Amino acid sequence: MITLGVADLAVAALLVVSLALLSLRLRTGLGGQILLGAARTAIQLSLIGLVLKALFANAHLHWVALMSLIMLLIAGREVMVRQERRFTGWWGYAVGTFSMFLSSFAVTVFALIVVLGNTPWYAPQYAIPLLGMLLGNTMNGIAIAMDRLTNAAWEQRAVIEARLALGHSWDAAVAEMRRQAIRSGMIPIINAMAAAGVVSLPGMMTGQILAGAAPVDAVKYQIMIMFLIVVGTGLGTLAAVTIGAKHLFDGRQRLCLERLRKS
Amino acid sequence: MSKPPPLLQIKEMRRPAFGPVSLDVSAGECICIFGPSGCGKSQLLRAIADLDPHEGEALLDGAACHETAPDVWRTHVGLLPPESAWWLPQVAEHFHNGMPVPLEQLALTPAIMDKPVAQLSSGEKQRLALLRLLANRPRVLLLDEPTANLDPENTHRVEAVIGEYRRVRTAAVIWVSHDRGQGVRVAQRQFEVVDGRLQARGAERMP
Repeated sequence: MITLGVADLAVAALLVVSLALLSLRLRTGLGGQILLGAARTAIQLSLIGLVLKALFANAHLHWVALMSLIMLLIAGREVMVRQERRFTGWWGYAVGTFSMFLSSFAVTVFALIVVLGNTPWYAPQYAIPLLGMLLGNTMNGIAIAMDRLTNAAWEQRAVIEARLALGHSWDAAVAEMRRQAIRSGMIPIINAMAAAGVVSLPGMMTGQILAGAAPVDAVKYQIMIMFLIVVGTGLGTLAAVTIGAKHLFDGRQRLCLERLRKS
Repeated sequence: MSKPPPLLQIKEMRRPAFGPVSLDVSAGECICIFGPSGCGKSQLLRAIADLDPHEGEALLDGAACHETAPDVWRTHVGLLPPESAWWLPQVAEHFHNGMPVPLEQLALTPAIMDKPVAQLSSGEKQRLALLRLLANRPRVLLLDEPTANLDPENTHRVEAVIGEYRRVRTAAVIWVSHDRGQGVRVAQRQFEVVDGRLQARGAERMP
């Protein structure tokens, strides 16, 4: 594998700076954001490189667990801030985080123990990248689905309450919105599966090939990861939307929009 | 022998905007409630339908609301909101319990059932929403300005349909209105909301 030096990265950075200058000239208002984003990428990835180096050198379960927990908490925050009308209080954070924990962790542990069968099963070279890919995708699915659900409840308050007033259960009154929310959460990853290899070469496979792995081996890994991501995103989205839809109503099946933050 | 309890009893019901309100409505009786906009009339109806949290209690035939499953309560104590809402594309898809009254009585034709909801006028929606509610056979009707979008002819048709439903099914009706004349036509007792409480108006009785 060709290793990159500082000079190689500097050349790539020059390209980004040129793009920022071009954006500045065109007054897109994006110049600053491009540079800030590039700086964050460089700093965050360098730091995670150091953290992973230390973690690989000390491959104990508790360090892997701590790292996983931090990743989960950050992903949970990301899910929360991406929702326009999230639940107020700790619910706004907990619904997404709990659902991600449920799906991503379960699927990752299953893959590590049953599919990969590595010893120890928590070996960080496998556990952390797997969990990272699962969290990243599950996070997107849950954020989109929850945003859709809470917005729909807000906008279609009249429909929900008309149905409640006609004696429909909360479950029936919100069923269509729940279905739509789950669909919007899962469509991107389903589309990604359909486009994989035809339109886009998935990142992990590309990385393995660049690192010198045989394409056939890289493809096998990518297929496994794709399946895990779909299952993780699907389960996470289902869990979040199910819990979220229930929390829109109180014990007397009244719609409680005051549980949503005003955007 | 003691008198049977009124069909609907409201005991010390309160919301931030109104209360306490206590009221008994007998089977087959209609009461009308007047009051300026924002005085809490709609909130009172929503509280009786248990759509909003509230203090106090409502009882149907002696059975307390909080001891009845909410969907069962709302099937029996049916609220007609001022604006109707529709969740499926076609009118007919909202009617699964049959038609309670011939459509002609509200000057509608059967062809309207095949129409997309988006093509209905507000007056048509209002009349269809009433039919949709009556199709549930509620024992109590909570009507929030059911004739607000209607011309005088259709207003009279709606009053006649509700009156007949009330008599035939001995339903209790609470009717929120802005129209004094309507109160005289449809109700046995009339109330005014003053400072969040109900105040009885002169006993004007219909024959």
